[in-house]
Amino acid sequence: MNNNPQLNKHGELQHLLTTEGLPASILLNILDTAKSFVGVTERDIKKVPLLRGKSIFNLFFEPSTRTRTTFEIAAKRLSADVVNLNIAVSSQSKGETLLDTVDNLSAMHADMFIVRHSQSGAAHLIARHVRPEIHVINAGDGRHAHPTQALLDMFTIRHYKRDFHNLRVAIVGDILHSRVARSQIHALTTLGVPEVRVIAPKTLLPTKVERLGVHIYHDMAQGLKDVDVLLMLRLQNERMLGASLPSAEEYFKYYGLTQEKLALAKHDAIVLHPGPMNRGIEIDSAVADGKQSVILPQVTFGIAVRMAVMSMLMEGKK
Amino acid sequence: MHLPDAEQLLADLTGKMRPEVSGNTALVGIYTGGVWLAERLHRDLGLTLPLGTLDVSFYRDDFGQIGLHPQVKPSDIPFEVEGSHIILVDDVLYTGRTIRAAINELFDYGRPASIRLAALIDRGGREMPIAAQYVGGMLALPKHKMLALERSNDGKLSLSLYDKSPPGQ
Repeated sequence: MNNNPQLNKHGELQHLLTTEGLPASILLNILDTAKSFVGVTERDIKKVPLLRGKSIFNLFFEPSTRTRTTFEIAAKRLSADVVNLNIAVSSQSKGETLLDTVDNLSAMHADMFIVRHSQSGAAHLIARHVRPEIHVINAGDGRHAHPTQALLDMFTIRHYKRDFHNLRVAIVGDILHSRVARSQIHALTTLGVPEVRVIAPKTLLPTKVERLGVHIYHDMAQGLKDVDVLLMLRLQNERMLGASLPSAEEYFKYYGLTQEKLALAKHDAIVLHPGPMNRGIEIDSAVADGKQSVILPQVTFGIAVRMAVMSMLMEGKK
Repeated sequence: MHLPDAEQLLADLTGKMRPEVSGNTALVGIYTGGVWLAERLHRDLGLTLPLGTLDVSFYRDDFGQIGLHPQVKPSDIPFEVEGSHIILVDDVLYTGRTIRAAINELFDYGRPASIRLAALIDRGGREMPIAAQYVGGMLALPKHKMLALERSNDGKLSLSLYDKSPPGQ
């Protein structure tokens, strides 16, 4: 037996809640399966019948257009039926509890919940609550985890760099508030990336972040030297509340990715960003639209990765 | 049990197909054994349209029971399916369910003018109204046996017989 709520008793994926604690074999299996789905998404008919008749509920307790849309497209390309619930403006405002909402939707024979919530642990709570035939994907919970974003980043890195075992990867920006950064760090270290760096001002780094096995830099010139992959983070304006930074201009001056700073990394380094981008704050337009940017391929791969996760969760267990 | 020689079966199959193919014949191999066979047929029959490959995992009807194959491969159809004359190639023709899935997948690329089926060996036991136009040979086998095509490092093909693993493994 294991204590990982993400795995069933056969060690197969039951829920996807975080990249933390998932074995490399499962992460690689997701990436391999996603590779096959990339071909499907390039056809005229971008649909396979795998999840025909399944009901997938997008439970978004926090506003998000992009992530919700990519999950919706992924589910539709698997032929599932998708229902979007924007709960911030629905039952929660009428006082219904999170688990009451889930129970009601389960009574409508939901097969899967995709959950985004501002509270860390919300998806875990739902996963522990539902019947074993219902699967949960965490689409972002508070500052905790955003596993499908990290997986699509891993897919993109492998697509361009082929292998994880000889890479230097730098995560740049607001690590403190970023669930994406945490999920990236766990995935990168599990997949065998030998050197993961975080580059941020002291006020945007969580305490004891080095315990996750990363090297800390406060200076872009040092941190970007000989780097193969740059994972830019969004400056979380909505989370900052003014206290951590003097100004956006000041931030751009020291940590914004310009062509000049990018030139300090390896000449074939790639630049990723989870979106939506703050142009002129964490990334300069010349870089975002430049030839080292793989930000739009990330979006395309994100559909295939989410299709892979959904079908692996839903596949019949012997 | 004595199994037929796969290389001899392939030679027979190639001979049967030779008068039936032309410049507009497209071959599509089904992973894994069907792709090996299709590569050989494509070369030996001197076909010019690029070879297609299908992994029917996303179209199988037993996903609810057994899930995805752990090593699913990308399908690749590098020719225009609309209006094409396709020959599907598989190693062992049995229940017909794989072929049903392959036909469904092909139709998501376009509407072929015709689809024919070539199989190295037909072991009977059909559960779908599906028949092969070209077969290398026939072999009746009990239900609990699994017949598999294998390829050695030097590219030589052979058949092996296994007992099906019992449910739950």
